[in-house]
Amino acid sequence: MMIRSIGQKVRRRLGVYWKLIKSLQTGLLLLTGLAGYMSARCPVITWRTLLALTGSLFLAISGSTVLNMVSDRDIDAKMKRTCNRPLPLGQVSVTEAFVLGAGLSVLGVGWAFTLSPLYGTVVFAGFFFDIVIYTIWLKRRTAWSIVWGGIAGGMPILAGRVLGFGQIDWVGLLLSMAVLLWIPTHILTFNLRHKADYRRSGVPTFPSVYGDRVTHLAIALSSVIASVAMGIAAYGIGMTLGYLRVLIVLSIGLFFLAVSSVVRPSMKLNFSLFKFASIYMLSSMLLVLVETM
Amino acid sequence: MRKISVLDRILLLATALLSAYQIAVGIEGLGSLTVTSYTIAFGVLLVASLILIILGFEALESPLVVVIAALIPLSLSLGLISQYVPAYQVGYMAFAVLGFLAIVVTRYLTPGRTATITLALVHGTAGLLIFTLPIVLSLQGKARPGFVLVGIGGGLIGIGGLLLSFLRAGRPFLSAKAIYTVLPALLLIMTGTFVAGLSLA
Repeated sequence: MMIRSIGQKVRRRLGVYWKLIKSLQTGLLLLTGLAGYMSARCPVITWRTLLALTGSLFLAISGSTVLNMVSDRDIDAKMKRTCNRPLPLGQVSVTEAFVLGAGLSVLGVGWAFTLSPLYGTVVFAGFFFDIVIYTIWLKRRTAWSIVWGGIAGGMPILAGRVLGFGQIDWVGLLLSMAVLLWIPTHILTFNLRHKADYRRSGVPTFPSVYGDRVTHLAIALSSVIASVAMGIAAYGIGMTLGYLRVLIVLSIGLFFLAVSSVVRPSMKLNFSLFKFASIYMLSSMLLVLVETM
Repeated sequence: MRKISVLDRILLLATALLSAYQIAVGIEGLGSLTVTSYTIAFGVLLVASLILIILGFEALESPLVVVIAALIPLSLSLGLISQYVPAYQVGYMAFAVLGFLAIVVTRYLTPGRTATITLALVHGTAGLLIFTLPIVLSLQGKARPGFVLVGIGGGLIGIGGLLLSFLRAGRPFLSAKAIYTVLPALLLIMTGTFVAGLSLA
């Protein structure tokens, strides 16, 4: 009886922690890291390294996501979209969440350094850009903070590439840039959809500073440049023509939606561009993984 | 407007995956015009399936649907001609390009009867070709019997395309609800028959 009750408590706690790490976002960033590693076509891909990469990235990304939630808990509490997160709801205390986030981050970044100093440095850079530059320093000051959020988001794929390739190369930087440019699409769409929420929370966003029109244009442009960067990087990886064709077709679809959202801007079209951009990013990563296997 | 269901989304995802497979793997080693044509046909199917998954059947309300839907039979038939009857590829490419331009121009400049007739002529010709060419070539022994599947797909694309086009043109054969109910399954079966038929040819 007692064991069952403890088991239920642990399960409930883990459920709360799972919400704190934003599993979908973490999963997608983790996938980019794996794709980055596989893209290096490392002649000796061992399951041990692959598991270590997965583990260290998962811990580092999860940790920074939890710390991000700790820092933004006051903003989250003011917004309809985020007020149901564990911290505003009081399902977990600030101290507990901070200890969890810091612990996961230290474990993840530390593990990364044991695999390779350069890989560790890139993983740490991702953590630093996300927490210090984006979340703590710039998020409440400028709408342009998303660029730094984007740079942080582009680090897992660069880290994976660095671990496989042994150095930072132009393909890794382009892959990173593709993810970097995809992230504003994601954040700006939420900024548009939940404009009132963001206004209430006092966070400067593109729609509140530059207006909807400029935001639509920024989303379209970043989506298109992201797909171009991804295409060139895929070519640089040496992706076969068949897979490149699929990527080009998806890029054309993205371009078509981006142009439509600028010519006839609407929330619905904008949301579908955001969704398509996410599918595009997911498909690109899967194509890189499948192609290099 | 009928809301898109989970089953519809699964069927559309399967269509997208089959199309992606065909573009990536299924057309390797063919001539450049053939590859380009098949890529356009399966590419439109891939992107359209994804957009339908995201936006639901509302996406079909766009006036662009008629124009984009015409790309599938036109490019697929051009691919078949360039692969199996290359002697006619230049002439047919001219028909496909001019036919497509005629659909675009009439739709935006002279909407109404002229646009509908143009659409029926161009779409119908391409659909008929996809339907008959594989059957004829299989009967003549110039292709394996499995190629007939492409013809079956051609029949389906003809039915689906015309149903959608006439619905968009305001002269529907079936109600919008009925068309949207069968559309995801029709798209999957059609793509499946094309992929299977082309690999068995």
